[in-house]
Amino acid sequence: MNMHKRQIDVLRSGDEIRLSGVIYTARDQAHKRLFEAIKKRKKLPFKLEGAIIYYCGPTAAPKGKAIGSCGPTTSRRMDEFTPLLLKAGLKGMIGKGNRSKEVISAIKKYKAVYFLAYAGCGALISKYVKKAVPVAYRDLGPEAILKLEVKNFPLIVGIDSRGRNIYGQK
Amino acid sequence: MKTISAKRIEDAVSKLCVEANTVLRSDVLRQLQSVYKKEKKGRAKNILEAIIKNASLAKKEGLAICQDTGMPVVFLELGQDARISGDLRLAVNKGVQSGYKKGNLRKSIVSDPLLRGESGYSPVVIHTDIVPGNKLKITVLPKGFGCENKSQSRMFNPTVKIDEIKKFIIEAVKSAGPDACPPYIVGVGIGGTADYAALLAKKALLKKIGGKAVKLEEDLLKKINKLNIGPMGLGGKATCLAVNIQFYPTHIAGMPVAVNISCHALRSATAIL
Repeated sequence: MNMHKRQIDVLRSGDEIRLSGVIYTARDQAHKRLFEAIKKRKKLPFKLEGAIIYYCGPTAAPKGKAIGSCGPTTSRRMDEFTPLLLKAGLKGMIGKGNRSKEVISAIKKYKAVYFLAYAGCGALISKYVKKAVPVAYRDLGPEAILKLEVKNFPLIVGIDSRGRNIYGQK
Repeated sequence: MKTISAKRIEDAVSKLCVEANTVLRSDVLRQLQSVYKKEKKGRAKNILEAIIKNASLAKKEGLAICQDTGMPVVFLELGQDARISGDLRLAVNKGVQSGYKKGNLRKSIVSDPLLRGESGYSPVVIHTDIVPGNKLKITVLPKGFGCENKSQSRMFNPTVKIDEIKKFIIEAVKSAGPDACPPYIVGVGIGGTADYAALLAKKALLKKIGGKAVKLEEDLLKKINKLNIGPMGLGGKATCLAVNIQFYPTHIAGMPVAVNISCHALRSATAIL
């Protein structure tokens, strides 16, 4: 899904929301590759502008299910790559834990939003994922980029587009 | 002399991997339920409720409790009067591979720490103790890396005050903050050597939680729960479910202390052959 300015503007740090639409999984190695691709002005495997990235590497989908366990991973490890992704148009991120000062300023500068998903609740979260399709970097196994269709995915706004942080200004 | 076949070990490890990853330890679940009852704040209570729901759903549907099915750490207590027919190490690794495949668990292990490369289920970390008797006790602890990354150790002076050690342990939890899925279980190793203290800290996580605690454990638990980190780091009383400490004699010149933090999904399963 494309997050529009209007949708982002109304979100406030601490709000509890339900997200329905398309999001993309990407964690450590996928971030490294996206970062390099942006720097080298190569074509990205999906449209980053307006997109939401979920820091997640799910378990394999059991027979008959769209996805396996799929909770958030620690967001901090993505911090060094995030400002450039935001500059390139990324509008939303979903993960767990706090972010660096640089990421918070970039969120404010590029008017984006950082959400928290229920940490350590991967089995529960799998219920909100209706479809999962690999779109890039399949060689990374559980770290491949998947396009997820989610419905009513429960999230908490961690850092809003004004740079206000649920964890305070630590 | 009793003979234990490699195949039996492989099958047992395979089952333990699925059990550990899909059925939350009953002592951990009980402790979560107990802090859930005590928590008054709306958001912290809601998160704890989700964590408990997650555990029951995982068990019911055979799903992994957490997508990070860890680096499996396998503890073997091998009776000195038992004989293994076949390759023990291979049996453990094959058991992990088959269990992880059957349980739809994640391939989280890269074969080279620097080059990384494609990930797989193994090799795992194995710790073997030779003990009296003729049995083999196998414990599988799938350790997620969100919390493993927050491990710390320090070599203190032998004259260090206990308060400094306490401060170091509390600071380790503070620096994990919201990142490693609180409420935590804190494993601590005190004594031995640098490497042995780290092993003790991990072994401390195997000890049942919520049972009888020594004074130092109780004291640390109380202090850590005043940090107001809370579930998901969003505040609340439940920052830590338990502090487990293992001690060992040490050298006159030193005082090794290691901290191994576990997320709320502390998973392990044991079998005796």
